[in-house]
Amino acid sequence: MTHEPFTRRLFLERSLALASLAATVPCFIERSAMGMLGNPLLSSNPGVPDERILVVIQLGGGNDGLNTVIPYGADEYYRARPQLGVRGPGAAPQNGQQAALELANAQGIGLHPNLTGLRELYDRGALSVVQGVGYPNPNRSHFTSMDIWQTGRLDAKGSGWIGRYFDNTCNGTPIPEGAVAIGRAAPLAMQGDIQKPIAFENPSLFRWMGEDLHGAMKDPYDAINRAGAVGGAAPGSQREFLMRTALDAQIASERIRAAVARDPLVQYPQSGLARQLQTIGAMIRAEMPTRVYYASMGGFDTHAGQAGPHANLMRQLGDAVLAFQRDLEAQRNDARVATMVFSEFGRRVRQNASGGTDHGTAAPVFLVGPALRGGVVGNHPSLTDLDQGDLKYGIDFRSVYAALLEDWMKAPSEKILRGKFAKPVLFEGSAAKTGA
Amino acid sequence: MSNPLQPLAKKDFDYGAAQHLLNRAGFGGTPAQVQALVEMGLDDAVDYLVDFEGAKADAGDAAEFRSDIVRSETPAERETLRRARAAGDEETILRLQRERQARERSDREQLGLMQRWWLARMISTGRPLEEKLTLFWHGHFATGYRTIENSWHMLRQNAFLRANAAGNFADLVRGIIRDPAMLKYLDNDENRRRSPNENLARELMELFTLGEGNGYGERDIKEGARALTGFTFRDNDFVFNRDEHDPTPKTILGRTGAFGGDEFVSILLEQPVASRFIASKLYRHFVNDAPTPPKDAGDAVDRLAREFRSKRYEIRPVLRMLFRSRHFYAAENRLSVVKSPVQLMVQAIRSLGTPVREMGALVQAGDLMGQQLFQPPSVKGWDGGRSWINTATMFVRQNIVVYLVTGRRPAAFDWSPSELSYDTSPLLAHIRSGAGSVDPHEAVRALATFALGGPPAPERLAELDDFLGGLGGTVTEDRVKAMLCLIGAMPEYQLC
Repeated sequence: MTHEPFTRRLFLERSLALASLAATVPCFIERSAMGMLGNPLLSSNPGVPDERILVVIQLGGGNDGLNTVIPYGADEYYRARPQLGVRGPGAAPQNGQQAALELANAQGIGLHPNLTGLRELYDRGALSVVQGVGYPNPNRSHFTSMDIWQTGRLDAKGSGWIGRYFDNTCNGTPIPEGAVAIGRAAPLAMQGDIQKPIAFENPSLFRWMGEDLHGAMKDPYDAINRAGAVGGAAPGSQREFLMRTALDAQIASERIRAAVARDPLVQYPQSGLARQLQTIGAMIRAEMPTRVYYASMGGFDTHAGQAGPHANLMRQLGDAVLAFQRDLEAQRNDARVATMVFSEFGRRVRQNASGGTDHGTAAPVFLVGPALRGGVVGNHPSLTDLDQGDLKYGIDFRSVYAALLEDWMKAPSEKILRGKFAKPVLFEGSAAKTGA
Repeated sequence: MSNPLQPLAKKDFDYGAAQHLLNRAGFGGTPAQVQALVEMGLDDAVDYLVDFEGAKADAGDAAEFRSDIVRSETPAERETLRRARAAGDEETILRLQRERQARERSDREQLGLMQRWWLARMISTGRPLEEKLTLFWHGHFATGYRTIENSWHMLRQNAFLRANAAGNFADLVRGIIRDPAMLKYLDNDENRRRSPNENLARELMELFTLGEGNGYGERDIKEGARALTGFTFRDNDFVFNRDEHDPTPKTILGRTGAFGGDEFVSILLEQPVASRFIASKLYRHFVNDAPTPPKDAGDAVDRLAREFRSKRYEIRPVLRMLFRSRHFYAAENRLSVVKSPVQLMVQAIRSLGTPVREMGALVQAGDLMGQQLFQPPSVKGWDGGRSWINTATMFVRQNIVVYLVTGRRPAAFDWSPSELSYDTSPLLAHIRSGAGSVDPHEAVRALATFALGGPPAPERLAELDDFLGGLGGTVTEDRVKAMLCLIGAMPEYQLC
């Protein structure tokens, strides 16, 4: 029996050579060329890639928008929330609760006192607060509403909106590691018909477990999975497809694990979200081909005793996002990353009898990054003109998606969202075009 | 031109052919089970699998599932809620809401138990084709729990699909437009005379009978939707609501009459394209799901479609014809289907004889590989074929085999370690058979050939030979397990 005596080194060399032949290159060139037209902030650093990246942070359970962006100028807010209402900026602490951070005095809105991280970004013009985001006939089921947000469709059916972004921009060829979710399972939002996301909770475990069984397992496994097409597997055949995907998986695993093995350039706080963003930061720094990352945090379904737990969540969110942004700045990658923070719905205006709030409707969406225009977008929903005790939305969430797709990712939003949505002006330099 | 569906020559029904049949018409089997099929001969083996009523089904503990978790509010509850709202009694409103949420939680828990139950049934049933077809129809008449949020309705639909799995396709279609889960999933409970909802009518044509764009138009959908008005359900049962049914004439695919749902279905099934659509879907599931099918695939599908029509949509004759055909056993149709996640796991357990280990872990692995029972991604069902495979699912697929063989827990997925010991003696007996003493090279070849369902590439054999040689060359139980982990990590292991 003759066969080539493979060594680990040979595998590595071979995998790098093959990685550079990935079929995705033309797509990248095309899109980064498009990207350069749009944003003067980009392509100013020689050697830094221009591909734009979107990071999505999902707040699961329905984040209380009214205690995130505080309408301190409205008396109705305090009447509806006698215990839960957060005092306006400058007020003395009450029951350990600090006063809100100023956001826009003229509009009487502030930020939750624990969102100091977001406030710092706001001051630097790197945070846009989009107010009153929702959709018609709001659904108050966690699952359905989350599916509506993730599919970008009011019937909550079909593929995910990010998946369709990939499907519509890459001519039938999925990008390996194009969509990465940090978590056990990939969200529906990233599932396309062509593009499929990678999901892992801990990148060091995104690999074959069999090699832990015995030292002798590793080499034959590598030989099998890095050999590419063997045994006369014809091009285009099932076997050839599988052998190629197995090799891609080895390369992805290797790249991801190498990327996150490095120490970050900044210190991240200790929280689940911070760990996820640290992983994402490391992957961006390693110049992974990933275009969209997905992180998530839960615990926002605050039906009872909300004040303390929600304050903790706000602290974790603000601090993690700030650390992430500092990391990107230290990497000099901040200009090519935009981050969106959303939740499936906000909560009712009136607090309930258990010191909590029940499922509601419209809520703010945060967008982070130096490419954003910054500031407050849209009006705070009225606290008097309610729909069955819930806020009426002012901006359709699909309009926010449309702006991200068109003005950030340079993708055709109408096709992806299956409809035309008036885009809010979110990004620097996008105003002139939207005015037309 | 020769007929690809001509029966295979009896002498060609060898061990490999029998294993191929058992993998496709079921979820594979042990070496001894494959041998038993060989000894039956082609016709009896096919009949044994297709006429499965004689075999024992393992019904598991389905009887323990509850039908009353999800229910409409009682008049008393409605009255309490009305009064609480009027009085601004937040506490009572909250209590009622909590009770409803608790019911929803129990229902989701029941769905989780059902997922385990069905997977267990596939692992233990004596009628593998019955379960394989039930899963096929679940993907065809796809209905998702998350939309309907009623586990009992999903269970009822599952029982309906199973009862008709190898029966008559027309019965399946007529039953599905009366199935509460489907009626809810495709909004036909909202399909009223004065405000028709086209969802079910559209999918009935596009996905269930004719195929997208196959000779119908938007107008046929609108008219078909009117034929389906009033098809709804109350609690757990189908109801025909005469008041909501539109009795006026409709024109569907050129035929005019005061059609109802059954007439609509009949018109659809009279279209020759319907038999071809369903035959090609069966073909892709049972014969070959490569993007480029073999040259004579079109001819084979045409002949299956003709058989379907001449037997008035009876499913068994079509399957029998297929499973006996030369085409089914042709080299290009062996190992040409990508295993679904369910097939991957159930076949590993049934053929290699591994312990089942934690059923919850298997359900979770199925989810990570893209197949959650009772939860297809959309009304299109699972795309199948290559869509199962990507860089992320590849690791899960390789790791679930490690888990089944060794019980070692891939920590990323919280699968609990399993101490159940795996008795490899049937496999050892198989790979030792023929020769008195064990030749390591022959043993490796026999093991890989059996586990892969066909002869391995020389490169693969060389790797396994080297692996075994590096450990001293003797075939032991532990080394067989280690080699099974390596074989399970071979890209071609994903095919059956």
